[in-house]
Amino acid sequence: MGDAPALEANGLTKVYGSGHTEVVALREASMQVRRGEVAALLGPSGAGKSTFLLCVGLINPPTRGRVTIGGRAVIDGPRALGDLRRFRREHIGFVFQKSNLIPFLNAADNVQIMGELIGRPAAVARRRALELLDALGVGARARNMPTQLSGGEQQRVTVARALANQPSLILADEPTAALDSTRGRQVMELFRDVAHTHGTGVIVVTHDHRALDVFDTVYEMEDGMLRPATRSGVEASAGPAREHRLLP
Amino acid sequence: MNLAVRDIRHSLGRFVLTTIGVGMLLMVVLGMGGIYRGLVDDALVVTRGVGADIWVVQRDTRGPFAEVSRLPRSVVDRVTAVPGVRDAREFVFHTIQRERGGRPLRMGVLGLGWPTDKGEGLPLIAGRPLAQNHFEMIADESLGLALGERLQLGKDTYTVVGLTRWLVSSGGDGIACFTSRDAQAIQFDEPGESVRLERQARRGRARGIDFGRTQPSVLERASGLSGRIAALPGPAVSAVIARLAPGADAGEVQGIMDGWGDVTTYTADQQEELLLKGSVDRARRQILLFRVLLTIISAVIMALIIYTLTLDKLHPIALLKLIGAPNHTIVGLILQQSLIMGGLAFAVGYVIGLELFPRFPRRVLVTNDDLLRVAGIVLVISVFASLLGIWKAMRVAPNEAIG
Ligand SMILES: Nc1ncnc2c1ncn2[C@@H]1O[C@H](COP(=O)(O)OP(=O)(O)O)[C@@H](O)[C@H]1O
Ligand SMILES: [Mg+2]
Repeated sequence: MGDAPALEANGLTKVYGSGHTEVVALREASMQVRRGEVAALLGPSGAGKSTFLLCVGLINPPTRGRVTIGGRAVIDGPRALGDLRRFRREHIGFVFQKSNLIPFLNAADNVQIMGELIGRPAAVARRRALELLDALGVGARARNMPTQLSGGEQQRVTVARALANQPSLILADEPTAALDSTRGRQVMELFRDVAHTHGTGVIVVTHDHRALDVFDTVYEMEDGMLRPATRSGVEASAGPAREHRLLP
Repeated sequence: MNLAVRDIRHSLGRFVLTTIGVGMLLMVVLGMGGIYRGLVDDALVVTRGVGADIWVVQRDTRGPFAEVSRLPRSVVDRVTAVPGVRDAREFVFHTIQRERGGRPLRMGVLGLGWPTDKGEGLPLIAGRPLAQNHFEMIADESLGLALGERLQLGKDTYTVVGLTRWLVSSGGDGIACFTSRDAQAIQFDEPGESVRLERQARRGRARGIDFGRTQPSVLERASGLSGRIAALPGPAVSAVIARLAPGADAGEVQGIMDGWGDVTTYTADQQEELLLKGSVDRARRQILLFRVLLTIISAVIMALIIYTLTLDKLHPIALLKLIGAPNHTIVGLILQQSLIMGGLAFAVGYVIGLELFPRFPRRVLVTNDDLLRVAGIVLVISVFASLLGIWKAMRVAPNEAIG
């Protein structure tokens, strides 16, 4: 996939429903995320952040617009790749607000299955899963079931799973909402480290303005429209003035 | 990694309990089939056991299993003389109910044609066939009699010398085998007082006729044993059974005997049909209907259980779709789980049945055919129920995992 950006989203429009129940959740949203770049996505509830992630994550394709991942045009207007689910498991990692671990698999299995889904032999997938868990500091909990893990541990396992297929793009929707601020910040830093070391593009939807310094870029969304965050915008929503080293 | 097994292991207790429940249901289905088969088989065990080719019974009756049939013993000799008949013997069968230790003891009394038939052909599980022509019996174990036990029937006491298994009448009563003379003695047992009165009456009648007055020996005879009086018939037999000589034509033999005017004949097949259409018909159909109902209900319950099992997993299934698991992974999870449950439940039902059915008061006969049939039904239900689940799972959107 060479030097192509991890994600190029152009003019994404998403319309839910039709007629008088029609909701336009995305209006011509565009974003580019380079390899190794960590982008934050801010915005009030109902702005369309989750919808944007579902569109670029190929879970709920946009009504209009183009999605290119790792240089590959996956969705181009009405045309889409035949097997989006396959592309998803091979190139995208997901982390969501609530831990989304499979309840009947232990931590290691939850990570391992991702490797097996992309065709790795069980032993290889296993080894990689244990390495990832170790790297994320939850190696000791490999055999625990999700319900036996704390919120932060669950979130780390989810991150490990999102990394198991070595994706070119990681999409995280409010991954730290269930965590205290220290833990939340740790997870954000984790994303940054992953992005920088593996060259993965990462988009994180967050409300936690105290951790914004971790990100390379910050976007704002309001009423379905996406734009790079202005300092004032961020500060307005963040409350007291703060320094953001990456903001213009 | 096998997801089906992982999921089962995760909720093992619930899975085991559900499987045992379904297994017991299948056990009842198997058992109902077995009761049906047992009933039919029991009804035929005697007719099949005696190995008759032709049954000769009292004219216009349906034979000893359906109603009272009485034939003079002399018919045995007549039948033997018919061309094409290899041998013939009397068949004595009736049901008695006596009391033993304060509890009713119902038994079928079957007369064996001593000395040609000493009971060697019976399904003996202990003891020996009859060795003398009086006062010995072979009892079915369901009668609860022990080897060597002595039982008073009528004026005589009989010793149990052999035990059989599953030798029962069409009503399910255990059968005891005696020599046919003993069987008749039990059937036609008269109290001493009645015998004495009958002799006195004979004497009275003899005195009333000229012959009796002129021949003193007639009076003498009249008060003696009835068996010694030529004018009195011997005790009747229930039927006469004939075996055909090799190559003989049953129709021809029957034709000759039907011309006699005092008997009706049936082939072995006709006799079996009479039995199944007659005494056990209603019971048989009742159980058959119930069995069909039970099978349908079990199928519905099992399908619902398996379907519910899938519904409970819809969230993880949406999650699997979200992370990109292909459909065959999801189909495999549902189908395998349903087959594992079906298979284990069948095994549980079978094993419990093995343990339980022999304790039933009547025979529960589970044939291999029936086992295969139930296994087939379980397979079909498992697949069908998982298809329902798969249909549901395919419609789950991956974003239902988030939220
Ligand atoms: N499946 C859906 N059907 C209809 N409307 C939806 C659906 N999902 C989201 N919406 C609407 O789209 C808008 C954006 O929602 P969402 O992307 O969840 O916002 P955010 O994640 O920023 O809070 C909201 O008005 C919401 O009600
Ligand atoms: Mg949202």
